Amino acid sequence: MSGRRVVTAVNATAAIEGIVPGMGLADARALDPALLVEEADFIADAAALAKLSAWCDRFSPSVTSCGADGILLDITGCAHLFGDEAGLARQVRARLARQGIEARAAIADTLGAAWALSRFGSGVAATVPRGELWPALSDLPVAALRLEPELVALLERLGLARIGELYPLPRAALAARCGDGVALRLDQALGRAAEPLSPLPPKPLLWSRRSCPEPILTAEAIATALRELLQHLTRRLGEEGLGARRLSLAAYRIDGRIERIAIGTAFPSRDTRHLWRLFEEKIEQIDPGLGIEDLVLTAESVEKLAAAQLGLDGETARNDSADLAALVDRLVNRLGMRALARPVLRESHIPERAVRFVAPLAEPQTPTRWNALQLRPVRLLPWPEPIEATAPIPDDPPLLFRWRQRAHRVRHADGPERIAPEWWRRDSPIGSGASAPESRDYYRVEDEEGQRFWLYRAGLYRPDSAPRWFLHGFFG
Amino acid sequence: MEQIKNMGEAADTARQERLADLRRYLAEAEGFGQAAAVLPFGAPAIDAALPWQGLPLAGLHEIENAGPAEEGGAAETFLAGILARLAPARPVLWCLRRADLHAPGLALIGLEPRRLVLLRASHERDILWAMEEGLRSRALAAVVGEIEALSTAASRRLQLAAESAGVTGFVLHRSAGSAAASAAVTRWRVAALPSVPVAREPGIGRPRWRVELLRCRGGMPAAWDVEACDATGIVAVSAALADRPALRQISAAG
Repeated sequence: MSGRRVVTAVNATAAIEGIVPGMGLADARALDPALLVEEADFIADAAALAKLSAWCDRFSPSVTSCGADGILLDITGCAHLFGDEAGLARQVRARLARQGIEARAAIADTLGAAWALSRFGSGVAATVPRGELWPALSDLPVAALRLEPELVALLERLGLARIGELYPLPRAALAARCGDGVALRLDQALGRAAEPLSPLPPKPLLWSRRSCPEPILTAEAIATALRELLQHLTRRLGEEGLGARRLSLAAYRIDGRIERIAIGTAFPSRDTRHLWRLFEEKIEQIDPGLGIEDLVLTAESVEKLAAAQLGLDGETARNDSADLAALVDRLVNRLGMRALARPVLRESHIPERAVRFVAPLAEPQTPTRWNALQLRPVRLLPWPEPIEATAPIPDDPPLLFRWRQRAHRVRHADGPERIAPEWWRRDSPIGSGASAPESRDYYRVEDEEGQRFWLYRAGLYRPDSAPRWFLHGFFG
Repeated sequence: MEQIKNMGEAADTARQERLADLRRYLAEAEGFGQAAAVLPFGAPAIDAALPWQGLPLAGLHEIENAGPAEEGGAAETFLAGILARLAPARPVLWCLRRADLHAPGLALIGLEPRRLVLLRASHERDILWAMEEGLRSRALAAVVGEIEALSTAASRRLQLAAESAGVTGFVLHRSAGSAAASAAVTRWRVAALPSVPVAREPGIGRPRWRVELLRCRGGMPAAWDVEACDATGIVAVSAALADRPALRQISAAG
C-alpha cells in the first residue's frame, strides 16, 4: 500500500502500550499522541548490523549477519574459552548491553533451531543441549520456521499453529498441501537436512584469545599479552606439526573499534622468538583508545612444518638458510615486499632488460654464461640522459661531450659495441621517442680526470641529421 | 767480538719479541685479537700498511667516492672487489637509495649477482635499520649501505652490530662526504685516475685509482696509486707512491 506509513520497529516502552511493528503510523499515534517517530533507514541499519557482526568476531571467527536484525555465530569449538555455552551467551549479551544493544541469544545444534528460539522462544537466552531439539521447538509457533507469511497463514487455517503439531504428519501429505518449503525448513531445524552455512567466512585453523580483566592502555601491556598468545599458539602449531605463514592480531577496544596488525613469513615458522620480533615492530601501530578489552591472535595461513633437529647442546643446529629467511622476513615486514629483491641475469643484450628481479629467497637459478668480453658499467642510469657530443668522424667515439653543464674531454675510448633492438619483441624499449626502435652504438670513454663513462649514439650514422648521444652508465 | 755480536743479536731478538707482544696486546685492547678474521688485499703494499695485514672482518668500514655526487663508480668497484673475495658462499645485503646498481658490471669483478640481495629504501633511517638487522644476522657475508651522512652515534651502533656476529659492514658514500667523527675501523676514499694504455693499443687500458686510507684504527693514513680490480677482485699497486708526505700533514691536522 503506497503512501501508508507503517511502523517497522518499536522499543519496549511503546510495545507495552500496544504498538507493534506492522501497525499503521496513524493508528500508533492514536494509541499514544506523544510518540517519538524516526524515519527508518534500512541501508544504514544493514551497515550497522554488518559492523556489529564484525565486532562479534571476538567470540568466534565464523560470524555473519543474518537477515535484518540477527547475527549468526558458529561457535563450534569456541565455547570452552568462555566456560560453557551458557557462559558464552551471557558474555555476548553483556558485551552488547555495554554497547547499548539489547539482544536475545539462542544456542542450538542447527541454524534453524537457533533462529527460531532466539526470536520466538521465551526468555532472553536459551541453550538447547545436544539431541533435545524436538522438545525445545515443539511449543514454538510455525512462524519460527522461517516461512513466508502466506505459508504461515495457510498452516494456521489448517489448524496447525505450533511446530510440534507438524511432527506426526506424513511428509507426503504436507508437501501436497503446502509445498516442499515447509518440510525442508522443518528438516533443517531438526537437523535432518543439511543447511550449508555458505555466507560464513572459512574458519581459520588456529586462534588464541585473551580477554583482559582490566582494559589495557600501554604498549608494554599489549606486548606481554601478545607474547602469551604467541606461546600458546606456537605450542598448538607444534602439536599439529604446522608452521604459520600469516598471523594477525585483533585488538578489541572498549568503544567498539577493532585495531588489527598482521605479519607474514616466507617459510612456515613456529619459532616464538622470530614471530615475536616481527610483531614487535608493529605494536606501536595499535591505538588503544580508551582501553583494549580483548586480544585475539589468529593463524590465518599455515603449512606443514617438520620438527627441527636439535643439536647436542639443546640448541637447534645452525641453519644458514633459516637465518637468511628470518632476516628477509624482518626486512619485508617492515619495508614491504617490493623493497627486497635478488637480481637474475636475463638473456637480453639491451642493458635495461639485462636484469630482472626475483624474490630474495627464490631458488638460485643456474648462472647464465657471462660473456667476459662485454664490458658493463657498475652503475646504470634508470633512463639514458641526452648529452651533447662532438664526434666528427662517423663510427668514432666522441672527442668531447657535455653532461649536466660540465664538459668532458675524451682521452681514451673503447667501442663501438652495437646493440640492436630486439625485433622479436613488440615493446622494445630502444627507440627514444622515434617511431621505430633504433640500434645503439655504445662507447666506453675516459675523460681527462680518469672518470669512465658509458655513452651511446642512438641510430645509425646519417650524414643529413645530427646524431643523438646519450649517457647510460658509469664504470669504476 | 763474536760474543758481543751474539749478545747484540740476542738483545735485538728479545726487543723484537717484546715489540710483537706489545703490538698483540694493543690489538687485543683495540678489540681485534689474534683470532680476528682478516681479508688480505693481496697487494703487499696495502696489507703492510694495515695493522692486521688485511681488512678486519668483524667491523665497520667506510668507503667514499672522490668525484662529484652521483657520478662515477670507483668506490663501488673497489668494494665489489673486496666482496668478491669475502666469504664467497654467503650472500651480501646491499641497501640502496636508488635502484641504479647494475649487476652485470659487478659480475665482471667477481661478485656474482646471485649473491646479492638488494634492498631499496627511500629513507636513510630505514637503511640504517636494515644494516643493523643484517649485521646481526650471521647468514650474510657482508652488509653494504649507501648513506650520505653517517652520524657518530649511528656509526657506533653499526660497529657494535658488526662485532657481534662477525658480519662485515660497509658504508658507501657516493660523494665525498662529511668528515664526521666515526666509529668505523677504516675509512677509504677512491678516486679515478687516467688509465695506463696497454702495449700501445688504442682505447682504455687497465683502469687506475688513487686509493686513500683516510683513517685507520691503530694505523697511519696512507695512499696508493693502484690498478683497478681484475676479474677476481684484486688490485695491484703499480707505483711506489705510498705514504706521501703531503697526506701526512693533512692527517696530522685533522
